Amino acid sequence: MSKPASEKLARPVKAVEHPQRGRLPLVPPQTIAGRALVLVISIMAFLAGLTIAGVSLVSQAAQGWESEIGREVTIEVRPIDGSDMSAEVAKAVALAQEFPGVGSAHGLTDQETSRLLEPWLGAGVDLGSLPVPRLVVVTIDDPGAFSVKDLAAQVTAQVRGGSVDDHAIWVDRLAAMANSMVFAGLGVLVLMLTAMVLSIVFATRAAMAGNRDVIEVLHFCGAEDRFIAGEFQRHFLLLGMKGGAIGGGSAVAVLGLLSWWLSGAAGRPGADQIEALVGSFEIGWRAYGWIGALVVAVAALTAATSRLAVRRSLQAMA
Amino acid sequence: MIRFENVGLRYGMGPEVLSDLTFRIDPHSFQFLTGPSGAGKTTLLRLLFLNLKPTRGLISIFNQDTARITPREMPGLRRRIGVVFQEFRLLDHLTTYENVALPYRVLGQDEASYRADVVDLLDWVGLGDRKHVYPPVLSGGEKQRAAIARALITKPEFLLADEPTGNVDPPLAKRLLRLFYEMNRLGTAVVIATHDLTLMEQVDARRLVLTDGRLEIYE
Ligand SMILES: Nc1ncnc2c1ncn2[C@@H]1O[C@H](COP(=O)(O)OP(=O)(O)O)[C@@H](O)[C@H]1O
Ligand SMILES: [Mg+2]
Repeated sequence: MSKPASEKLARPVKAVEHPQRGRLPLVPPQTIAGRALVLVISIMAFLAGLTIAGVSLVSQAAQGWESEIGREVTIEVRPIDGSDMSAEVAKAVALAQEFPGVGSAHGLTDQETSRLLEPWLGAGVDLGSLPVPRLVVVTIDDPGAFSVKDLAAQVTAQVRGGSVDDHAIWVDRLAAMANSMVFAGLGVLVLMLTAMVLSIVFATRAAMAGNRDVIEVLHFCGAEDRFIAGEFQRHFLLLGMKGGAIGGGSAVAVLGLLSWWLSGAAGRPGADQIEALVGSFEIGWRAYGWIGALVVAVAALTAATSRLAVRRSLQAMA
Repeated sequence: MIRFENVGLRYGMGPEVLSDLTFRIDPHSFQFLTGPSGAGKTTLLRLLFLNLKPTRGLISIFNQDTARITPREMPGLRRRIGVVFQEFRLLDHLTTYENVALPYRVLGQDEASYRADVVDLLDWVGLGDRKHVYPPVLSGGEKQRAAIARALITKPEFLLADEPTGNVDPPLAKRLLRLFYEMNRLGTAVVIATHDLTLMEQVDARRLVLTDGRLEIYE
C-alpha cells in the first residue's frame, strides 16, 4: 500500500548541502572578468602565432635565396673590337673549371642567350650582329675553397672583356629586406604582448576593486599580501593558459590548414606566385616550437602581470 | 597589553567621534564596552584591531606603538587578534566550515591539522549540521555564531566582539557569552561591545562606558 500524500509532505526537508569538492578558491572566480579576458588573450596569442609563422617563413625563404644565389657566380664576356667572342668564352669556361671549389662552368650557347634576350629583343635575333655580352654560369661546389676575388683577378687578366658578377648586391638587398621584415614582425609581436599586458592589468585592477571586501577579511584574518597575491595569481595563470592555448592552437590549426591547402594546390591560381616568393609554403617545426613557447610565455606573462598589479593594489589599500 | 593615551579620532573633517581616551586593557582581562548607539563603540574597536589610525594620541598594542607598525608586521599582529564584526563579514562564496577555517588557511597550514578543531567548534556553537552551507542560506543567528567561531578558532591573545549577541535569543546569547568567558579563562583578553544590559548583568566584569565620545571606566 502506498503511503498517504500527507506523510510524504511531512517528511522533514533536509538542508541543501553542497558536497565539499576540494578547497574552494578564496577569490570568487565569477567576479573576475574571466571570459572577456580569455577572449582578449586568445586573440592576441592567435595574432602573435601568425606573426611568428610569418617571420619564420620570411627568414627561411631569405636563407634559401641567399644560399642558392651564393652558390653561383656569372662570368660576363663583353665584346671588344677585334676579340673572338667564342674563343674568349671558351677560355673563361676552361679557367673556371680548373678553379678550386668550382663544380661546373658552362657558357650559354647562342640559343640560350637569345632565349634570355627574347623578352627585350624579340625572337630570331642574330646575335653575331649585336654587341651582346656572353655569359658563363659557374656553379660552386665547395664555397670554402672558392674565392670570388681570385677568380675575378684571373678572369680580368686572362679573358679579354671578362668580368665576374657574384650577385653580392642582390644577396645584400635580399638580406636587408628579409631582416627588416623580421624586425617589423618582432615589433608587431612586442606591441601585441604589450596590449595584452595592459588588458590584464585593467582586469586585475577591476577584480581587486570587486573583491575589496574579501581582501579586507583576509587581511583581518592575518593573511600576508604574498598569500593574497598568490590567490589572485592562480586565477589569472589559469586564464592565461586557457587564452594562450586557445589562441596558439587556432594559429597552429590555421597554418596547418593553409600549408595543406597550398601543398595540394599545384596549378591552383596563386600557388605558383607563392611558390616563387617563399619557396615552398612550409612552416618549419621550429615555428611550431616558437608558437608553443609563445603559449607558455603568454600564461607566465599573465600570471606575473596580475601578481604585480595585485601587489600594487594591495600596497595602495594598506 | 593595550594602552591608549589621549587618543582622539575624527572621520575626515567631521567632529571628533572619540576624545581623550586614556585606558589600558590587561592580558587575560574581560570587559564590556558599552554606550548608546552611535557612541563610538565600533570606532573604538576599529582602532583596537588596527583598522583605523588615531588622529591624535598614542596607541600601543602588544607593547608596540601602532604608528610605527610596518605593513610587513601587520599580518603577524592581526593573527594575535580575533575580531567578530557587527555585520559578520563572512565570505559568501565559502561554506560555513571554510569561513571558520579561514584564519588557519591564510597561515598556509595543512587542512588535516585543523579540521578536527574546526568541526568541534562548529558543533559547540550549534552549527554542526550547517558545515557545508553557504552564508546566504544561514539565519542571522547562525551567521553570528559562524562569525564568532571564526574569531575564536585560532585562540587569539586578544578577542574583540562587536555586538556579538545582537541577533540571537537570550538562551543562545547566554551560551555564547559562556564561550567568551571560557576563552578568557584559557588566557584570552576579551572586549565585548554591546548595549545589551541583560547580557552585562550576567557577568560581573569591568565596563568601559562611552558617552559622547568620552570614556568612563567602572572596574
Ligand atoms: N566610516 C565612517 N565615516 C564617517 N563617520 C562614521 C563612520 N563610521 C562611524 N561614523 C560616525 O561615528 C559615530 C560613531 O559610530 P560608531 O562607532 O559606529 O558607533 P556605535 O558602534 O557605538 O554605534 C557615529 O556618529 C557615526 O555616524
Ligand atoms: Mg556599532
